[in-house]
Amino acid sequence: MYSEKVMDHFNNPRNVGEIENASGVGTVGNAKCGDIMRIYLDIDDKGIIRDCKFKTFGCGAAVATSSMATELVKGKSIEEAMQVTNKAVMEALDGLPPVKVHCSLLAEEAIHAALWDYAEKNHITIAGLSKPKSDIHEGEEAEEEEY
Amino acid sequence: MIYLDNAATTRPVPGAVEAMMPYLTDYYGNPSSIYSFSEKSRQVIQDTRDYIAQSLHAQSGEIYFTAGGSESDNWAIKAAAEAYAFKGKHIITSKIEHHAVLHTCQYLEKQGYEVTYVGVDENGVINMEELKAAVREDTILITVMAANNEIGTIQPIKEIGELAKAHGILFHTDAVQAYAQIPLDVEEMHIDMLSGSGHKFHGPKGIGFLYIRKGVKIRSFVHGGAQERARRAGTENVPGIAGMGAAAKYSFDILEEKMKKETQLRDYLIDRVLTEIPYVRLNGDRKKRLPGNANFSFRFVEGESMLIHLDQKGICASSGSACTSGSLDPSHVLLAIGLPHEIAHGSLRLTLSEETTREELDYVVDNLKEIVAYIRNMSPLYEDFVRAQGQKEAEHVQ
Repeated sequence: MYSEKVMDHFNNPRNVGEIENASGVGTVGNAKCGDIMRIYLDIDDKGIIRDCKFKTFGCGAAVATSSMATELVKGKSIEEAMQVTNKAVMEALDGLPPVKVHCSLLAEEAIHAALWDYAEKNHITIAGLSKPKSDIHEGEEAEEEEY
Repeated sequence: MIYLDNAATTRPVPGAVEAMMPYLTDYYGNPSSIYSFSEKSRQVIQDTRDYIAQSLHAQSGEIYFTAGGSESDNWAIKAAAEAYAFKGKHIITSKIEHHAVLHTCQYLEKQGYEVTYVGVDENGVINMEELKAAVREDTILITVMAANNEIGTIQPIKEIGELAKAHGILFHTDAVQAYAQIPLDVEEMHIDMLSGSGHKFHGPKGIGFLYIRKGVKIRSFVHGGAQERARRAGTENVPGIAGMGAAAKYSFDILEEKMKKETQLRDYLIDRVLTEIPYVRLNGDRKKRLPGNANFSFRFVEGESMLIHLDQKGICASSGSACTSGSLDPSHVLLAIGLPHEIAHGSLRLTLSEETTREELDYVVDNLKEIVAYIRNMSPLYEDFVRAQGQKEAEHVQ
């Protein structure tokens, strides 16, 4: 079902974790569709992404795309990170099954959401970046089920 | 490999494979032919028909061979709807049926039939009051599964049968998961039609049957020959029928001991998972469930990730119905029992057979503990949960 690269990133995900006092944090997706991605960015004064971490709730493809996305933006400038599209993530993973293409979209959105957070905190605008559509809080009441 | 997906399919037992072989090699005669060479083929069809009939307390002439469970469900529902349209166009089913039933009902809705989908309680047992209230003058068919394929809940089939009989309504049950797993009796339970599938009880794939009570008006499913009393034309799948017959005999011979063993192992598995893994729930009724079925939801965990990790440990399991895995929506069964979406996404179905051992289950639980912890560690939902817990504790201390 998945390419070797996807399986590699699923089995050995790169950059899993959190960054304390991150420059930007973005969370996208919603539990209703079964995928939530959170990306942490550590950006230095020159606008270079020094570190990038992620946490993901989702399927094999969601984990692999998050991992690959962090790899693709790490060490890059903000402008370069803006070029990391879902297509780029998919190509880097040697493709995804058709039903899983939305996972790569989520990865792109997660990076954008983290950059948006960074831009807001620093009162700057990033060319080509618009406010992310985050619907993670949908269905939160339902989460309070008894166990 | 540890195979815990017996609700998806089962290992064909050697006896079933051996029973098929002669009809794939020496005795290839068409059962409809007149010469004596075909006698063996005719005989094995008759023997299997007799055996399956007797296992259900039915008569031989009431068993029709099909290509499997989905075909049996399609045939029963569509052909009965058509045959009884003169009487009414209302059908009652449940919200947790297999898609072979649900999609067939949806198809009939497009053809002008009305369908009522009755709900279930939090354990997946059909709401009998709601079912009774759904009965109308023009109701022609009630179709409710004997046991659920995902959460294993066994339905009160006898009660439903009695209700249908009292109102002169046909009663069909999809017994694909229940046949040869628990005792079924079409007389005692007032069942008019019953679907079964060979590969769910150690037989081959591509063969199943439909029981149709004598006197039930039902249209032919396949036209073009006299096979199956002209109701389902086409040269019989003789090897498949032979294999299914042997598998049914095998399963019924050990039924009592199989149920006892599976129930014990299943309860052992459920106890270990519920006590050793935090934030988990059992889906389905604790007692009224198939002996081999265990279904859990792990909070903050997504099902497919769990399946891939289990697969890498040599464990075959499933998340919801295998037929559902191609879609992104969580299982309709888990939503019907009231689970929120994100918890439905984290479900795991482990289905045992009489061949399952305690050692295998220990290996599964030991690995499952680690896998669940690993996935949670990567989950932003779990991160938020832990943070919120920490805040609560801090507030408590103050």
